[in-house]
Amino acid sequence: MRIGDAKQSYGADEAIWTSQTQKLWFGLLLVILLVFPFMADSYLLYLGCLVGIAVISTTGLNILTGFTGLISLGQAGFMGVGAYTVAWLSLNTGLPFPVTLMLAGLMAAAVGILVGLPSLRVKGLYLAIATLAASVFLHFIFAEWESVTGGMGGLSLEPAHLFGWAFQSDFMMYFIIVPLSVLMVFAARNVFRTRIGRAFIAIRDRDISAEILGIDLLRYKLMSFALSSFYAGVAGGLFAYFFRVVTPESFPLSMSIFYLAAVIVGGMGNLLGGILGAAFMTLVPEALKLLTAALTPFYPNAPVFMSPMLEIIFGALIVGFLIFEPHGLAEIWHRIRRFFRLWPFRN
Amino acid sequence: MDWLFFGEISLAGLAMGGLYALIALGFVIIYKATRVINFAIGEIMMFAAYLFLAFAGGMEMSAWIALPLAVIGGSILGGVIEKTMIRPMLGESPISVVMVTIGVASILVGLVEFIWTANPQLLPSFLPREPVFIGPLYLAPKIAYGFLIGSALLIVYLLYFRFSRGGIALRATASDQAAAYSMGINVRRVFNMAWVFGSLAASLAGVLVAATGGLSPQFGIIGLSVLVVVIVGGLDSILGALVAGVFIGWLETVAGAYLGGEYRMPATFLVLAVILVIRPYGLFGTREIERV
Repeated sequence: MRIGDAKQSYGADEAIWTSQTQKLWFGLLLVILLVFPFMADSYLLYLGCLVGIAVISTTGLNILTGFTGLISLGQAGFMGVGAYTVAWLSLNTGLPFPVTLMLAGLMAAAVGILVGLPSLRVKGLYLAIATLAASVFLHFIFAEWESVTGGMGGLSLEPAHLFGWAFQSDFMMYFIIVPLSVLMVFAARNVFRTRIGRAFIAIRDRDISAEILGIDLLRYKLMSFALSSFYAGVAGGLFAYFFRVVTPESFPLSMSIFYLAAVIVGGMGNLLGGILGAAFMTLVPEALKLLTAALTPFYPNAPVFMSPMLEIIFGALIVGFLIFEPHGLAEIWHRIRRFFRLWPFRN
Repeated sequence: MDWLFFGEISLAGLAMGGLYALIALGFVIIYKATRVINFAIGEIMMFAAYLFLAFAGGMEMSAWIALPLAVIGGSILGGVIEKTMIRPMLGESPISVVMVTIGVASILVGLVEFIWTANPQLLPSFLPREPVFIGPLYLAPKIAYGFLIGSALLIVYLLYFRFSRGGIALRATASDQAAAYSMGINVRRVFNMAWVFGSLAASLAGVLVAATGGLSPQFGIIGLSVLVVVIVGGLDSILGALVAGVFIGWLETVAGAYLGGEYRMPATFLVLAVILVIRPYGLFGTREIERV
């Protein structure tokens, strides 16, 4: 049971850290994240990096869909923009990774603003379909603009480097990806303590009312698009450095749906939900792979059924969460916390 | 410019467009009655086509028995999806409902791969094979007869919605749910029927399209083309579905023939983007007025 929680100023109410305990837990999490790569084997390390990238992208989509209420089916396309920017820059300029990642984010943000432009006229599902159109065009550009993107063959790139260090292994990439994802989630958390973030939320709750309150809809909707695609661009850039090859097929429509599913399964409009959703949706296929590997000695056919099972589980997770747990994993997490917080009194 | 070639391509495109119009009609019926954007329509088509494959190919039934069976199977599937997964979402935000249909699509793809494997398959050919000539223009027989069968169902549908009791109930529900309910129309049954009828149209079109182009678990991609059709035509307009269906089918085929297959999607999505910017509610759709 937590006590002594009374707030005496708005500042305290808005603070990210509301208690010492919270800081303690967070410190513990950071220590775990820091120690993890030294303890984990290469497979776990690989998963850790994947989850980190997914967390960044999901957080970006959460800003747009969960907090601003604009549905996007273009997240994979924006990631592609970031990935191609990084790939092109690393092949043609040799800039170090902090610069290329920043430029990848900015490039994706610029494309995001362009895609967001119709958002004043169309909303809801029409907007989702406009972003779908954008992702079709982006895929087309990736595949056809051969002088820059290398066509269907794509681009392979050098490992990320900084001050003469090359980040070649997953182990080293972990130290780029995970700190960056912690930082970016924090940045997102901070956005929602500012006027901008609250404007996003007001637009989500009712855009017409928000406009009457004096929120410039076009400006804030575009800002949300820019911010969200910036996140996607950085995630795409990391994706490029991590796999070191970028093709048009790296960013299919199903990837956009994957991120939308991660936001929903995690909990829309909840940053913690985005993190949980990203981790969960990335790890479920891996768990299934492990299960398949374990079953293969007994059922030699198991690998054949893995890919269809994955499709079915993916769909069932989306449908199941929407029907039975619309607030997602974040809500489950809160329930668990509430149980401990109210522990002696609840039963 | 070779006009004969252009004519033949256009004809094939228009015939394909007729099938698009049929699928779009199925989509619009569901949208009008239940306000659900059905991203799973391509997968329902695919499922029906696989059922046809199982009946006609696997069980060696005559195609003319297998076809109705597959179509009925597809429409039952639509009804079941509505009852079990769409109904509980009533009143939720549109994005949640759309995501449910996306989830359903994924489940159906998985099921199909599970049962019939991921390999591409050919449907047993059941349509007449003599080439069809319209004037000097050659049209592939599969496309021509597919178009004829599709149009027949289309006409039946239009008449049904215009004159029958069920059709009127459906239109009443579409225009005002509460009023329809108070007039004694069973709105819940209308919701279900809309999904059944919508899936029926999609299923027939699914078998016909698969008969011309082959079948694989990626077949559902066609749902994206249908999405373009209904947005361009207007989500709640049957006329729009017909006009835009024929137009998009034509555009897609012509773009594919003259520019190359990789231009098919961008060409239609360009039209979509233009329409979204100038007439977001589509060519024939109803403009929605929003109040706070």
